[in-house]
Amino acid sequence: MTSAERTRQDQEDQHVHQILSEPGAPVVVFDKVSLAFDEKVVLRDLSFTVIKGHTKIILGASGSGKSTTLKIITGLLRADKGVVWVNGKRVDQLSELQMMAVRADLGMIFQEGALFDSLTVRENVGYKYYEETDMPLEQVDKRVEEVLGFIGLGEHIDKMPSELSGGQRRRVAIARAMAFKPGILLYDEATTGLDPITATTVDDEIIKLRDLEGVSSIVVTHQLRDAFYVATHMAVRDESGKVNVVPATPEKSEEAEFIMLKDGQICFEGSAEELRRSTDPYLQTFLS
Amino acid sequence: MLDFLTDWLKHAALETQEYVRLIAAAFRGVVSPPIYRHDIVEQFDALGVGSLTVVLLTGLFTGAALASQSGLTLDQFGARPVVGRLVSASMIKELGPVLTALMLTGRIGAGIAAEIGSMVVTDQINALRALGTDPIRKLVVPRMLAGLLMAPILTIISDFVGIFGGWVVARFQLQVSSELYWSSVTDALYTQDLYQGLIKPFVFGFVIVTIACHVGLRTKGGTQGVGKATTVAVVAGSVAVIAADFFVTQILVRVLY
Repeated sequence: MTSAERTRQDQEDQHVHQILSEPGAPVVVFDKVSLAFDEKVVLRDLSFTVIKGHTKIILGASGSGKSTTLKIITGLLRADKGVVWVNGKRVDQLSELQMMAVRADLGMIFQEGALFDSLTVRENVGYKYYEETDMPLEQVDKRVEEVLGFIGLGEHIDKMPSELSGGQRRRVAIARAMAFKPGILLYDEATTGLDPITATTVDDEIIKLRDLEGVSSIVVTHQLRDAFYVATHMAVRDESGKVNVVPATPEKSEEAEFIMLKDGQICFEGSAEELRRSTDPYLQTFLS
Repeated sequence: MLDFLTDWLKHAALETQEYVRLIAAAFRGVVSPPIYRHDIVEQFDALGVGSLTVVLLTGLFTGAALASQSGLTLDQFGARPVVGRLVSASMIKELGPVLTALMLTGRIGAGIAAEIGSMVVTDQINALRALGTDPIRKLVVPRMLAGLLMAPILTIISDFVGIFGGWVVARFQLQVSSELYWSSVTDALYTQDLYQGLIKPFVFGFVIVTIACHVGLRTKGGTQGVGKATTVAVVAGSVAVIAADFFVTQILVRVLY
């Protein structure tokens, strides 16, 4: 890259950074994205936008393309067609090496947690700092303890993932994804397979991260209860500094938008209230 | 039938392409940062020190059995005193490298395929990538380096132990004097033989580990897939070692002698 090109790139990056720092900036944009595995079409001309600090909840039956969408955002899968923007960078044509820079601001929580089973909770949560940075160990440990404290698992820091319950493993996965302070968190069926009480604790973490840390979230799920809970609740700190999850104000509820996928296409897009009121037969079947 | 053949050829071409891409990416990972030094040391220990017992036992019993069998044959020609010559030449040129490699295939090839395969089916590989780590640099490069360097070291140990096993049989069963045994061990060896015995394990170590990593990374289908990957890694690794032995021997015989 010549110095002129570098200067132009710096100016562009600065401009993008300025746009993204404003409220209402689009952090993830899908523009007519399609993907097929052999004969099976998974996504068909999928388009949507995620606004900074907002939540996009992607619903759909198994195999409708929900998890695939998240994998395309993180560059774990590559779309056949269409354009994908993440934090102002077009990512659909980036190499694995170039994608690493984009992933620095993305955190992903996988379906079963995907914790590294040979590492302790501490090593899992601090993985990125331990392995990919030169940050002093004391600082990493401090950050890990802070994050585990935030999700209420401080006492499990030296345990192995196999010693934790399903809900605790998901929360550690959230801690690992949020430890390096990403601006966007992607949740892939974070509550699937959990009992309602444990699922609510995971939902509360999603809400707290969104409302207290300003993280933009994409929540993929087929658990309607959790989807509505995340959309209709908000986290507030009272005078004593204690965090409470309370029913959201109408304005806050508007910041959570639902997408329903059917056969790789969007069959509904709107707020929680609009989804509840929908008379579409497929949505009715899904909601019942 | 034709469809089956076409599918098989396509599958074989795809696997070869992916294997070559993996090797290319692994070599890029060796010469460019980031290098995960801690993982490299860990793998040297796991592959090298961890395989020592199995290699020692294999070498010892192979050398002993070889001396015992050779003694019977050599007796027919009244050549029992040169048993050391036969044991050392066979161990260093052929049996040491090949048997050590086959033992390593069973031990580390299976282990690598199972470990990486489990990481694939539980999304840990995707988690690594999402956290900004290249799985090839983190998992394949340390194992490849360990395979490349530890296989020759283990083979040398196996050769020595095998020759020692041969001495035990020669001395106490065949009643060949120790001086005679040890002098015939060195008499029969040429520098070319030593080169052969050192070059082969490099190739075998590389083949075993890269095949196991490739099979592990291409695991599909849950725990059943992990089991299948482990079997494939051992079978493919063993066949590849024996095939590579033939081709490398042909090349070395032409080049060295």
